[in-house]
Amino acid sequence: MNWGSLGNFLHMGGYALYVWGSYAVTALCIGGELWLLARRARRAERRP
Amino acid sequence: MTIDSYRLEGEQGIRGWFLFRFAAPQAFFPLAGRMAPWFAALAAILAAAGFYISFFVAPTDAQQGEAYRIIFIHVAAAWMSMFLYVVMACWAALGLVLNTRLSGMMASAIAPTGAMFTFIALWSGALWGKPTWGTWWVWDARLTSELILLFLYFGFIALTNAIDDPRRADRAGAVLAIVGVINVPIIYFSVKWWNTLHQGASVSLTRAPSMAMTMLTGMLLMALAAWMYSIAAALWRVRTIILERERDAEWVRGLRGSE
Repeated sequence: MNWGSLGNFLHMGGYALYVWGSYAVTALCIGGELWLLARRARRAERRP
Repeated sequence: MTIDSYRLEGEQGIRGWFLFRFAAPQAFFPLAGRMAPWFAALAAILAAAGFYISFFVAPTDAQQGEAYRIIFIHVAAAWMSMFLYVVMACWAALGLVLNTRLSGMMASAIAPTGAMFTFIALWSGALWGKPTWGTWWVWDARLTSELILLFLYFGFIALTNAIDDPRRADRAGAVLAIVGVINVPIIYFSVKWWNTLHQGASVSLTRAPSMAMTMLTGMLLMALAAWMYSIAAALWRVRTIILERERDAEWVRGLRGSE
């Protein structure tokens, strides 16, 4: 699959909102879970 | 003959079984800590490879154009959402039957990740439905049963958090998790049992896949990445749960003392 240019790639054949909307929210969810996990782990380690 | 050789019948067998040793939270804690980074690294590599295949190798779909590329995340998340629920319910059932502490902890460690993948499946499904079906949401069997799965995860998390005594929370959560398992085959077979907008299974063990090989490769890589990520996240979370629950135990105090 050759997109030709970055603009074409980001345009996603007119489906940018739907395709990138899915991938962006997935990335946010995973990032959020890792952040919550790290915070919970830090608190558990600190607690006397 | 020394004292040491007098053993109860069967004791040797249990001691000899390597895996039983790790049923103790104290023994599992360092093991989980050693394994989690490897699964996380595998997840990152597989996700990168999956993303590359999905966007730079797999061709444009003849019918759906580029919109179909949502499949790579949607199917992986939907598979994980169902699979993690079954694994969670198995741990919960094991905890009920054997009364092992680690089982309930594992069930609690899996639930948030399962809920997250269920949400991703629903979200990506809505964003895929709009351009292909013309609607974000329909109350049909597949979508509704997947939404019920999300509520089952939320119910499990809320119930176990609402009960102060962790062992009682585990048992109550286990009953909910086991009863909810009935929903998983309903989700899976919903596209066969009812008329639905949702398409049938893309991949089946009994027939050839209905998609191009590169598309299938991208999807399987993403699914494997989701597996590895889930294992890493669950192991990391179970370590935290062990620390939280055993904070007054001698070995956890020792752990803190050595830091």
